[in-house]
Amino acid sequence: MSGTALDPKTAPAFPIAARAAMKDSQLQRNVHHATQVIQTKRARVVAEMADWQELREAGEHIRRHTMEHLDFYLQEFEVNCARAGGIVHWATDAEEARQIVVGLVKASGSDEVIKIKSMTTEEIALNQALESEDIHPFETDLAELIIQLGRDQPSHIVVPALHKNRKQIKEIFQREMHLADLGDRPEDLADAARSFLREKFLHVRTGVSGANFLIAETGGVCVVESEGNGRMCLTLPETLITIAGIDKILPRFEDLEVMLQLLPRSATGERMNPYNSVWTGVHAGDGPQTFHVVLLDNGRTGILADWESRQTLHCIRCAACQNACPVYRQTGGHAYGSVYAGPIGAILTPQLQEMHYAQSLPYASSLCGACYEVCPVKINIPEVLIHLRQKVVEQNAAQVSSSFDIEALGMKAMAVTFRNERRFRAAQRMGRAAAKLLPRKDGWITWLPGMLGGWTQMRDLEEMPQETFRDWWQKREKDDR
Amino acid sequence: MDRGILLRTSLFITCYNDTLFPGTGKAVVRVLERLGHTVEFPRGQTCCGQMHYNTGYQAEAAPLLERFVTQFQDAEAVVIPSSSCVAMMRDHYPKMAARMGKPDLVTGVERLLPRVFEFSEFLTKRLGLEDVGAYYPRRVTYHASCHGLRNLSLGDGPMRLLKAVRGIELVELAGLAECCGFGGTFAVKNADVSGAMLAEKTAAVLDTKAEVCTACDNSCLMHIQGALHRQKTGVKTLHLAEILAGEEGAGS
Repeated sequence: MSGTALDPKTAPAFPIAARAAMKDSQLQRNVHHATQVIQTKRARVVAEMADWQELREAGEHIRRHTMEHLDFYLQEFEVNCARAGGIVHWATDAEEARQIVVGLVKASGSDEVIKIKSMTTEEIALNQALESEDIHPFETDLAELIIQLGRDQPSHIVVPALHKNRKQIKEIFQREMHLADLGDRPEDLADAARSFLREKFLHVRTGVSGANFLIAETGGVCVVESEGNGRMCLTLPETLITIAGIDKILPRFEDLEVMLQLLPRSATGERMNPYNSVWTGVHAGDGPQTFHVVLLDNGRTGILADWESRQTLHCIRCAACQNACPVYRQTGGHAYGSVYAGPIGAILTPQLQEMHYAQSLPYASSLCGACYEVCPVKINIPEVLIHLRQKVVEQNAAQVSSSFDIEALGMKAMAVTFRNERRFRAAQRMGRAAAKLLPRKDGWITWLPGMLGGWTQMRDLEEMPQETFRDWWQKREKDDR
Repeated sequence: MDRGILLRTSLFITCYNDTLFPGTGKAVVRVLERLGHTVEFPRGQTCCGQMHYNTGYQAEAAPLLERFVTQFQDAEAVVIPSSSCVAMMRDHYPKMAARMGKPDLVTGVERLLPRVFEFSEFLTKRLGLEDVGAYYPRRVTYHASCHGLRNLSLGDGPMRLLKAVRGIELVELAGLAECCGFGGTFAVKNADVSGAMLAEKTAAVLDTKAEVCTACDNSCLMHIQGALHRQKTGVKTLHLAEILAGEEGAGS
């Protein structure tokens, strides 16, 4: 998977990518281990909060209110950010955002940028756009650095290199930083990254960041992080360019009280992030003197318009759903063919693609509900998955080839059968007769045809009983009389 | 809890239990009648629409909701031995009815749902029972199906029922909150991932050295049993109702 950018437009369907990913046993071990560690930490710090459920409700309320009035709060943010000396840009799609950022970097007079970890810049493939204009981006988050140096792709929203273990990271650093004797202890790797990055922090004049929150009331921007690289990028450059989805708005500064309790505990299992930066515009003699914010739509207003899946935009990118998801834990993130993997990716990605691509993702879930249970802002991901499945079915039905769609035909036939008791009984009898034609061994079916063959890949199926419950009941009633 | 009250219960067997697991239905009848309740079986019942709804065929699921309400609207208590079907009704019927634009149906659903119970929930929450007079001398482990655990909040209800069974040797299953990987059409659409999830579940079941794995949902059990049989483990799966129906001298 490494090297090629994750693009939902060209990615294989999830079942195919998943099968390939699961062949990599090292990847599976890494993902299992990392998600287990984060989940355990999360569970510990969530359990110590007596008001966790109330906090989740408060978080959900803030997010829902924001989305219901997003137009108002975006304009409020723009006005307040500009008043403080920031310059706000609006980008309809990824292409426009890339053009704006490339233009701003060029205008800053630099051919290098230092970057804070940002999924939004991954979403718009900003690094590739910068490189094609001979601008060199340096990722400064440790995990993003690993991804960049390893010519890899992020597989997790919070821990993008979660699929790599220490030994693999050591090998990347040895090769790319020319450190033949590097060890694989965490402190060895952190030291190597620190020395490599320190020099960039001190001389690169332009910084690029994402945002965790945009505060409408003040025009401020908030970024939380663990390594201090973000603080460096936010303070040392002369020019700072922030790219944020329009969904990142919070109405009031005090809403951070709720969000900064929910986010770190859900994301990394920390009570508080080590670095919480909030900045508002520019200040003479202190920090970047030129500050731009690029507000990105890229499909988000389309999601906002669908009230049944609007809650997708409530996401604060904590990745708790990824860690909790039994599907993600088997496959890792790359199988989702998008920088947004796991349950949130399964609902966000196809919608960002306006349902033209990634239609297999809403089906990449057993609907077990573990994601909903851990979501800090109570996004009912299973509900949205089902809603998107309906959209996929409707889309398929609108195509001419749908009259040959075995699944749709089967589903329709069954639905007609269930509408009438006599038809249902007849179907039960027919099913029993048809099942007799299947290969069996000691009363167990070991092979099923077509798409049902997925079942008998690893499972047998017990033969159908000779008598249905309703046949038995009918006899019993007769005997009673 | 009105423990002493005897109810006129209506059994919704569900389409797959009717066809594939009639023994579960017989066991539900056995337990309820042993406790003194009467059981009715509305003849026109078929399917709750879960498979259609969850796969994206919501238009096809809608008439099945109407059918369910028509069949059961006069029931004193509807008992359903399938946690996922009950979750389907509670989580989705109200908004499905609203979307269909039929005010009578919305009211019908609203009035009926408080009388709809998953089987173990009927015993523990409606009747306030733990000991239902069962005898089952086997080593048993319990799988908490996702819909029972998360959507219905069954909690430790099924375990309390099992603990009260005479002769039973109950062993806890590691990773109780983990999905078995069934997920309806997920098991065939994403057979590889589903199979990997299932392998973790069957390994946990085998670790308990239990002879029987039970649950409140035969769909998970059919999935788990399918792999346990393929692996020639000899471990059986059995719906909770069939354990609670066990009686001394009945040769269970």
